[in-house]
Amino acid sequence: MTATVPAGPNAPGRATIAARTLRTDRWWLQPVTTVTVLVLFIVYSTFRAFENAHFEAGAYLSPFYSPCIATGCEETAFPVLIPGPAFISPALYILVIPLGFRLTCYYYRKAYYRSFWLSPPACAVAEPHSRYTGETRFPLLFQNLHRYFFYVGLLYPVILLYDAAHTVWARDDGGYVGLGTVILVVNALLLAMYSMSCHSCRHLIGGRLVHFSKHPIRYRLWTWVSRENSRHMKWAWISLVVVAAADFYVRLLSTGAFDDPILF
Amino acid sequence: MAYEASLRVWRGDDEGGGLEDFLVEVNEGEVVLDIIHRLQATQAPDLAVRWNCKAGKCGSCSAEINGRPRLMCLTRMGTFDEEEVITITPLRAFPVIRDLVTDVWFNYEKAQSIPPFTPRERDEDGNHRMQQVDVERSQEFRKCIECFLCQDTCHVVRDHEENKPSFAGPRFLMRIAELDMHPLDTLDRRRAAQDDFGLGMCNITKCCTEVCPEGIKITDNALIPMKERVVDRKYVPKTWLGRTIGRRKD
Repeated sequence: MTATVPAGPNAPGRATIAARTLRTDRWWLQPVTTVTVLVLFIVYSTFRAFENAHFEAGAYLSPFYSPCIATGCEETAFPVLIPGPAFISPALYILVIPLGFRLTCYYYRKAYYRSFWLSPPACAVAEPHSRYTGETRFPLLFQNLHRYFFYVGLLYPVILLYDAAHTVWARDDGGYVGLGTVILVVNALLLAMYSMSCHSCRHLIGGRLVHFSKHPIRYRLWTWVSRENSRHMKWAWISLVVVAAADFYVRLLSTGAFDDPILF
Repeated sequence: MAYEASLRVWRGDDEGGGLEDFLVEVNEGEVVLDIIHRLQATQAPDLAVRWNCKAGKCGSCSAEINGRPRLMCLTRMGTFDEEEVITITPLRAFPVIRDLVTDVWFNYEKAQSIPPFTPRERDEDGNHRMQQVDVERSQEFRKCIECFLCQDTCHVVRDHEENKPSFAGPRFLMRIAELDMHPLDTLDRRRAAQDDFGLGMCNITKCCTEVCPEGIKITDNALIPMKERVVDRKYVPKTWLGRTIGRRKD
């Protein structure tokens, strides 16, 4: 029979210290901040995904609804592939890929394991769980599918750039570049940086090689992706905030809060 | 300027112990290990502490200072307020022997269990040749001084003693990554990394990287690349299907 071993750092034989942690710094600040920002994003994006309204403003299409491949879009640049009932939000068909990409992302995994699951809440702070199996079992075993979300997710920055270009040439009044166009372009570029700096991309582009010397081009690409990979956390947060901001901007235009400023 | 620092030092052994308070003189430029030595010389001659180089290269003086795994010889007293109470305990993931000294045998057992470097045949002139560009990824991991701070802070074993048999810890998963990336090594270590050394237990929360005194990017450069290599070997649909229908044996 297997003996029951107490959880936490007070297993038999270790130094007897009752405190869960002896850290004196504000170790809780990072998980609290992460939870706050992620919860705000989840609440807002869920509301917008199910709202099924105000996602188009003239030629502008919210990034939460792009590519719009279902019934319900008027100005879509893409064919209607899913002629489903109009009460189902078009966002629900396409958000699964960016959602899956971010959920299985190595950076976000760190962020939510620490902040939501407290496993651990911070370094050298005991976690509250009595048992731990990591990513060895269902459902967390599916984190290993990250690269497939990456493959499909690579299409999204391209589609979003196309959307931004579409806002210029699809206008009835001859076309102009508005503030919304710039916001959509920035959003697409940030998403591209987030995607290209991902750990799976780094592996697939060259990390899996043993002999870099036999693949000089892939080695150069790997060094570039490695450099950006060190900033992956930054790209993850910035692109998350900007995609919500871009959607909010389109919503404001759609509800008539103000007119899109013409830049040139 | 010298001042008296308030220290709380864990004293005891595997049968019990606790934190004891001391006031110890501190001079400008000193590190925590200097203060522990002064405490030993002036007030607690039987205080057990493991140390050697005093230069952050031997990895002996690992301890937890204000709850954070650190090397005592690299922790400057100047980083604390003069009024601050500084708590020093032994590493909490390993059995304590006495005072600040722990039994780190777990790590040596794990090191022994890793299949050694297995190079390919030598060239005709008897040499091994490899390009610098091919080996420099592995060289980052060779900076490891085996202080075992990463092993100590990793919650997989720190908070779950029961995981020790199945999890090698970041230091030794990094060793497996080092060998797997080595241009001369011939073993495929990917399946063993997952099945025998517990790579799947790692949830990449990066504490190992945070505490490494050598600044090795353990998570980003060793553990995650190794996880991706395991995906190549175990979870790519083609490989998975091959195993399922019996066309692939390993």
